[in-house]
Formats: sequence, structure tokens, C-alpha cells
Amino acid sequence: MIYAFLAQLVQMTLILVLSPLLTGLVRKVKARLQRRRGPSVFQPYRDLRRLLGKEAVIADNASWLFRVAPYFVFASTWVAAALVPTFAANLMFSWSGDLIAITALLGSARFALALAGMDIGTSFGGIGSSREMMISSLAEPAMLMIVFSVALIAGSTQLSTIAETMLNGDVGLRVSLALALIALVIVAMAENGRVPVDNPATHLELTMVHEAMVLEYSGRHLAMIELAASLKLTLYIAMIACVFVPLGMASGPGQVVPDAIGATAWLAKMAVGGVLLGVAETSVAKMRVFRVPNFLGAALMLGLLGVLLLFVSRGM
Amino acid sequence: MTGAIWSIPALFVLAIVGTVTAKTPAGRIVIYGGSLLLAAGLLIAGFDALTGPVQHLRLPLGLPWIGTNLRLDALSGFFLVILGLGGGGASLFALGYGRHEHHPERVLPFFPAFLAGMATVLVADDAFTFLFGWELMSLTSWALVMAHDKEPGNARAGFVYLIMATFSGLALLLAFGMLAGPLGGYAFDSMRAAHPATGTAAIILIVALIGAGSKAGLVPLHVWLPLAHPAAPSHVSALMSGVMTKIAVYGFIRIVFDLLGPNQWWAGTAVLVLGGITAVLGVLHALMERDIKRLLAYSTVENIGIVFIGLGLALAFRATGFQAGAALALTAALFHALNHTVFKSLLFFGAGAVLNATGERDMETMGGLIHRMPRTSFAFLAGCVAIAGLPPLNGFASEWLTLQAILVHPEMSEWGLKLMIPVDGAALALAAALAGACFVRAFGIVFLGRPRTDAAAHARETDPWSIAAMMGFAALCLLAGIFPGVVIDAIAPVARGLTGARMPVQLGDAWMTIAPVEASRSSYNGLLVFGFVTASILLTVAVVHRLSRGVRRGPAWDCGFPDPTTASQYSAASFAQPLRRVFATVVFQASDTVVMPPPGDNRAASIVRRIRDPIWDTVYAPLGRGVGWIADRANKLQFLTIRRYLGFVFGALVVLLMALTLWQ
Repeated sequence: MIYAFLAQLVQMTLILVLSPLLTGLVRKVKARLQRRRGPSVFQPYRDLRRLLGKEAVIADNASWLFRVAPYFVFASTWVAAALVPTFAANLMFSWSGDLIAITALLGSARFALALAGMDIGTSFGGIGSSREMMISSLAEPAMLMIVFSVALIAGSTQLSTIAETMLNGDVGLRVSLALALIALVIVAMAENGRVPVDNPATHLELTMVHEAMVLEYSGRHLAMIELAASLKLTLYIAMIACVFVPLGMASGPGQVVPDAIGATAWLAKMAVGGVLLGVAETSVAKMRVFRVPNFLGAALMLGLLGVLLLFVSRGM
Repeated sequence: MTGAIWSIPALFVLAIVGTVTAKTPAGRIVIYGGSLLLAAGLLIAGFDALTGPVQHLRLPLGLPWIGTNLRLDALSGFFLVILGLGGGGASLFALGYGRHEHHPERVLPFFPAFLAGMATVLVADDAFTFLFGWELMSLTSWALVMAHDKEPGNARAGFVYLIMATFSGLALLLAFGMLAGPLGGYAFDSMRAAHPATGTAAIILIVALIGAGSKAGLVPLHVWLPLAHPAAPSHVSALMSGVMTKIAVYGFIRIVFDLLGPNQWWAGTAVLVLGGITAVLGVLHALMERDIKRLLAYSTVENIGIVFIGLGLALAFRATGFQAGAALALTAALFHALNHTVFKSLLFFGAGAVLNATGERDMETMGGLIHRMPRTSFAFLAGCVAIAGLPPLNGFASEWLTLQAILVHPEMSEWGLKLMIPVDGAALALAAALAGACFVRAFGIVFLGRPRTDAAAHARETDPWSIAAMMGFAALCLLAGIFPGVVIDAIAPVARGLTGARMPVQLGDAWMTIAPVEASRSSYNGLLVFGFVTASILLTVAVVHRLSRGVRRGPAWDCGFPDPTTASQYSAASFAQPLRRVFATVVFQASDTVVMPPPGDNRAASIVRRIRDPIWDTVYAPLGRGVGWIADRANKLQFLTIRRYLGFVFGALVVLLMALTLWQ
């Protein structure tokens, strides 16, 4: 009981503490591929400390919603991230929300951030919110279709059960899973505002989405939003790792040795994921905003195709 | 039974009192206060019926050979709870809101009668009483829609509504006639006992779907809804959208699940197709709309689509003998119906408060109201989050259940279901995501940003009664969201009565988790999620505030070029532009035409947006033209001599007799 509680606590802290490192790693990989030296992988921590130490300046007409939103965004992203199994499948509170709830919690965070973008009444905030909602209107159903595919194969929408099925059961090679993986990578790119969809490294560009929404934020509020963005990136990579490569993850009742192996494996998977993301981002160009719907529509259709295949292949 | 049975005649009496006292200052207090109490009576009667045994009552009223049969079972009880909640909330809101009414005599008498009509439908146990209540509900709500008949568009709204209401009543009349059979057993008991042949049952099902669906706002029969609901005073809009559409859902469930008996699997497919189309089309319309009340009305269409997706799944599972799944899907549909009553009423109250404060329904004239109307905006925000299906509020709980019902049983042997169920899953996911965008837009444009007009800049917070109604519903959104198990268990008797099974008991689980099938398949705990998020927020705020240096106010940054004109903000139209370009160019043939005058010409540049409603263009417009064409031709018949009229009568008689001879 106490061990289970501790494991849950370790998971929550681990994912929170390590997520800026992942962001730093991706930036470093991108910098090296562009033949720059790039800042240290620990730069995101320094940025957070700097932002936290600064005074926050908010616009004269900002409402309470503008001040609450960063904390809400951070908290719901953190809770969603804590529900994704990292080193062990059976965590104490993993049953309190399934994959659909995780998707919806991220939706709540986005809802709050989009509203905050409109609060000051600037054109940049509006353009960011409007485009973010356009992207999410396709990315969210695509995500749910992926959830459907995975859930139909594992017979559960519970991430820990899915991970155990993938780990132990003889799932074998399945077309639907492959389609779901491709769709999930596309959705993860879009949801995290990575390169083909949005550029996390840009300011002052008419094509920016996420950065336009948070343009008015500064100081501790911005720190919360940056940390939430790192958490979200970690969440998606951890989710892909948990569903498609659960190798090494501890299952069954919690014990120290399997959990330690699981943690090591997880760290390795996150590092590989970060490097792959950096490589992918360097090798493609950002697309025009109105090509994004086609890109995401492909993810939605792949997801739906996967689900249809599963329905059709059952009970024949 | 007693609570319900006394509340209904008391509502009629209140309606009569309303005609007398409408113009006096106390009229509003008497009518709405009385309605509030009687709605509470209906609510209590509903709770009684949900848990208690089935009750019957026969009154010597109405048609002599049928009488008035009343019956209160779990299904009626559940919908009486919806009616009591929605009606009570609307009455409470109207205690304050009603003071702005210029012609109270056009609203006050009809309001209790409208409630009475809906309650009559719910307790009716024969076709006559049912249709009496149904038509009363239609006519009184039509009168309420026409309360502000001088406003542009309202006359047309009333006309279209009257036509569609008549059509819906006729369809139900036909359905009941076929259920009653040649012997004319109009009591519901004899309809339950008779099992119509497969072909007849199919026709009854389709006719009932048309009749109830057109009242509920099912595409393609929804066209009246976005016209009529916003035209009424806001508390009546809340009642029409929040409650009357549910009475229509009740009518469908009563006829198809209860009276008709077992169904074929294709019925489920048909309902699934309509439900999926309704959900997506409704929310797309809502996204394009700039009138806040019409936006809410279109969103009602969407939510009715979600309810019908649940009902279609229940029909499909019931037909294939998978009763536990049918119970799950039906529970999800009923849960969503209840949730929709709560948050849609709340949103219409908020829209009414805004309408009073600014005098406008057009979102493009609003903005910044969160500063002027803090309480209204808080409650409206809760409604927006709930209707967008986001945790931890109630909209998510019921949509989650519907998604679980889609996933529960992939082993179908019928191809129609195999294809339709996953496609409806995608439609539901799309509708939920678009609803999120729709309500970010609604809240963001109306309440956030800078005021776009003077009216919005000088708006004032609404009265305490209205605030109380809105806050109460906001609290219900949260409660139903974090304790969904309570609602699911309350629906269990309804599900057992109609599907023969029920969902597993939820309240026994630790920490109030809900697990629709079993915990290893899927579980959700609204309470814990809410607790975790709240605790994380408090923890973070505590830590961060210790580390950092406080907040300073300054001018907006806006990348260094803040524009003082409020017109430079994103508007409702510009917010929807990306979505219009992605979705509406296909569905609504949306097009933007920019007229840019050449240099030297000092006319203003303009942009014209065009949106076509495919359903109106392909179904209703040709139908209207056809009726007009026939009416023009038939017009000549008005000016004939008496000889020729008698000739027509004779000719008709001969034709009918010939037909009868040939028939036999």
C-alpha cells in the first residue's frame, strides 16, 4: 500500500522533473543537426528559474481567467501525464482515468489556454486561439480513433491494461496498430505544436499558433505554460512508448527491482524519442496553416480505417 | 402519483390565474413562484416513481370510451425529474428575468400551461391523453414563441414552427393509429400486449422516429428549431431546448422501446445514421452562427444527435440480444439527456442575462462582459465547459459513457452495424471536438476581450434570482460530473424496464469510480480527477507564489503594436474562419467574396460571406415551392358556382365507391 503510493508519487515527480530535460534534449539535437553548438540540455531549467524569479506583467484589462488559466493548464496536464504508465503498469491511481479521460483532460487544458488567448482582446491572441481550435477539432477525433483501435485490440481503454496486454499477450502484428501508430505520431506532432504543424522556436510570425496564444504571458504564468508544454511533450512520447514499445515496463504488484529496470528502460525510451523528434523536426519543413487540416485529416482517416478494420474483422 | 397528479391540474389553474393577473405587478411573482413550487412537486413525484412501483390512475375525463389513463413508471419518473429540474430552474430565473418583459400577458398564462402539457405527455397511458398533452405543449410553446411577434423574423419562426409541430403531431397520430390496430385499443396496455407484424412494426418505428424526431430536432427535421427556440423569451428558450426536446426523446423511447416491443437490428442502424449526421451538422451550424441564442439552439440539435446515437446503439444491442450493452447505451443516452437539460438551460439563462444587459443577441456587438457581469460569466463558463464535454464536469461523463457503449461490443454479425457503429464513434468524437471550438468561440467573443460596443461597455450584472438559477445549475454540472455513479444508479430501473438488464451497481466501488462493464475494461473517477486537478492547482500556486515576485499591470503587449480600436480584435466570424474554410466549404458551400475598390475610389472595402443550408435548399425550399404552385392552381376552385361544387362532391363519391369496390 505504502509502496504503491510511493510509486505513484515517484511517477508524478519523475515526469515533472524530467520533462524540461526532454525539451532541452530535443533542442540540443536540433541545434547539433543544424551545426550549431546550442544551449545546454539543462537550459529549460534555467529558463524556468529565470521566469519564476521575474515579476509577471499582465495587461490592464486581463480578467481573473487570464491569471487562473496557466495554473489550470499546468495542473490538468500534470494529472493527465501522471495517468500514463511510465516505469510500471499498475500504479495506485491508474484506474481513476482511462485513455479517453487523458485525452479529455488535455482538451480541458487547451480550452482554458484558448480562452486565455482571447482574454486581452489582441489580434495575435485571437489568431492563436482560433487556429489552435481548428487544429484540435481534427486532432482530437483522430486521437479518439487511435484510442478506439488500441482499446478494441486490448479490450480496454485503461492504459495500464493496454500496456499489460501489449507486454504479455500475443497481440502479434496488426494492420490497425500500424495505422494507429502513424496517426498517433501525426497527432502528437500537432498537439505539441512541433514542426510540420507549428514551430515552437518562433515568435513574431504570422503562422505561429501556440506562441500567439501565450504572447501576453510573462513571468511565473509563462513558466507554468512552458512547463505544461514540456509535460505534454513528455506525455505523448511516454504514451507512444507505453502502448507500442512497453518493453521493460514493470507489471504486476510493485517491487523495487522490476520498477528500477522499468525506470531505466523508460529513460532510454524517452531519450530515443527525443532524438527521433529532433531529427524529424530538422528534416521536414513547416507547412502552410491550411495544409494542416489535410495532414490531420489523414490521421483521422487512418484512425477510422484502423477501427473499421477491427470492427469488420471481428465476428466473421 | 399524488404529487404529479396534483401538480398538473394546479398548473392549469395557474395558467388561468395567469390570464387574470398578468398585467398586475404581482402576476410575475404569483405565476413563476407557483410554477417553481409545482415543478418541485413534479421533481419529487419523479424521484418517487424512479424508485417506487408502477402506479396507475384512471380518470373519467376525455373520450368516454377510453377515459384518461395515467401511469407513472420509472421512465416517466426520470423524465419528470428532467421536467421538474428544467421547469423549476426556468421559473426561478424568470422571477427576476420576467420583469423585463414588455407584454407579460403574452407570456405568463402560457408558461404554466406549457409545463402542464409536458407533464401530461409524461404521465399519459393512452394515445388520446398523450396526444392531448403533446399538442398542448406545441400550441402553448408556439404562443410563447410568438410573444414578441413584432421582432423581425419571429413571425416566420412561428409559422415554420407551427407547420412542423402539426406535422410531428400527425406523424405520431399515425403511429398510434397503427399501434392500436383495427380494434382501436388506444390504451397503452393493449398496445403493449399487441405485437404488430414485422412490416407494420417497421412502419410504426419510422413514423414514430419522424414524429418524435421532428420535435426533438433530428436532422433533416430540425429546421424549425433554430428559428423558434431563440425567438421565445430566454427562460422559455431554455425550457424548449432543455426540456421540450427531452419530452420528444421520451415520446420516441416510450413508443419504440416500450409499446412496440422487440425491434429489428436495422432500426438501430437507421437511428445511428440520423444521430451521427445530426450531431455533426448541428455543431457545424452552431460554429457558423453569430446570434448567441441561435448558436445555442443549433448546439441543442447536436446534443440531440448524441442522445440518439446512444438510443440507436441501445436498439442495435437489444435487437442482437446483447442486453447489458443495450442497458449501457440507454443509460448513456438518458444521462446525456439529463446533462443537456442542465447545461443548456444554464447557457440560455446566461444568454438571456446578456441580452437584457446589452439589448443584443449578435455576438459581434459584445465583448469584455466578464468584467461587467462576473457572476453570469462564471456560470456561463461552467456551462460552456460542461457542454464541450470536458472533465471534470457532467458533459464529459455522459459522452464518456456513450464512447464506452460504442466500444463495448465489436462482435456484430450485421454489416450495417459493423460499419455504422465505428463511423458514429468518429462522428461523436468530431462533434465533441467541434463543440469545444464552438464554445471557446461563444465564451471568448461574448465575455472576453474588449467591449465592441457602448452597450457592452456599460452592461450591468443581472438580478439575484437569475444568478441563483444559473449558479444552481452550474453546481449541478459539477455534481453530476464528479458523482456520475449516483445518476447511473438512479437510471438503472429505467434501463431494466426497457432492456431487461442494467449496468453494474456503481456506488459500491471505492472512491465513487464508475466502471460501465468491469474495472479492468474501463473506469473513470470524476471525483479523483477533480480532486487531483484542484490539489495540483493549489500546490502549484502555493509553491510558485513563494518563489516569484508578484504581478504588475501594464498595457497589452501584442508584439509591440497594440491597436486601441476594438475592431482589431478577433470577431466571431474571424474566429470561425479557419473552421469555415476546413468544414463549411464542403458542407455548406461557404464562400467569402472580397470586394476591394480600385485606388482612387473611396468606397469602403467589403467582405461578403455566403453559407447555404443544404437541408433547407434540397428539401424544404422545393417543398415550399411545390405547395405554393399547387395552391396557385387550386386557387381557381375558390370561385365556382354551387352546381359545380355539388358536381365535385358527386364525383368524389363515385371515385371513392369505385376504389372501395376494387379494394375488396
